[in-house]
Amino acid sequence: MAFESFADFLAMGKHGFFVWTAYGISAVLIIASMVLALRGQGQVRETLARQQRRAEVDE
Amino acid sequence: MVWQTLKRWYHMLGSPRYFHTFSSRVLPWLTPIALITLLTGLVWGLAFAPSDYQQGNSYRIIFIHVPASSGALMGYMALGVSGLVAVVWRMKMAEVMLKAIAPFGAALAAISLITGSLWGKPTWGTYWQWDARMTSMLILLFMYVGVIALQNVIREPRQAARAAGLLAIVGVINVVIVKYSVEWVQTLHQGSTLKLFGESTINPAMKYPLLISMLGLWLLYAVNVLIRARSEVEWRERRSKWVQTLIRTGGK
Repeated sequence: MAFESFADFLAMGKHGFFVWTAYGISAVLIIASMVLALRGQGQVRETLARQQRRAEVDE
Repeated sequence: MVWQTLKRWYHMLGSPRYFHTFSSRVLPWLTPIALITLLTGLVWGLAFAPSDYQQGNSYRIIFIHVPASSGALMGYMALGVSGLVAVVWRMKMAEVMLKAIAPFGAALAAISLITGSLWGKPTWGTYWQWDARMTSMLILLFMYVGVIALQNVIREPRQAARAAGLLAIVGVINVVIVKYSVEWVQTLHQGSTLKLFGESTINPAMKYPLLISMLGLWLLYAVNVLIRARSEVEWRERRSKWVQTLIRTGGK
């Protein structure tokens, strides 16, 4: 460990605000992009399944 | 021999169905590897790497800033290549990739700008400066946004791919400007200390966690692209028999 205690780790010298804001925003953006990709996949599957059911009813 | 192999790959990965099967085999192990690598690199960098003798601990932003910036630049190169193949050869998978590569790249360009600015304040005394590196990076974000917007505005997918492809190709010039802006003109931004060839001037105790988080974030980018490309392939090939079967059986 490069830090004496957990409080030290959070403080990051005097730069805790900059370091943790940078990592926080990065995490939000990365997670959002992953969630959107997965949700898009789910939506395509749902739409196609609905279309398929409708086509089968029509037949 | 080599030429034949390359030609076979081109044809295989150029086939949406082959890509779909291939990616469903790759994703289950690529996803955990990407996440573990990224977290290892970040925890190592944040908690275990030594502090910088000049900057103290604010330099730890490097472990996300450099991976995000390099990922955004590499992603744009891939976008340019997809654009070229889509415009010249009208290859379907290149059109799919043009759509799949852009969103995560845009997120990484935004991360690069935001983390850079948060690192600049304690180090240079300012959040922002209109110098060559920062301005060209902002343009990179706009190029990504432009490619995404064009694809959403034009309804016909093949036409959308042509327009977005052209924009992607033009934007490659900007990647070159970003890369060399720190060498050609005076900027506030430092030059690269991490060299692929030749000796890096960064302390090894900082270099290894940086390389690991870089690899992890690039792999996560690949995961994101594969997921997006798969949904795009399923949508475009929705009338084909194999997608119909896939939906009916609820397969992978």
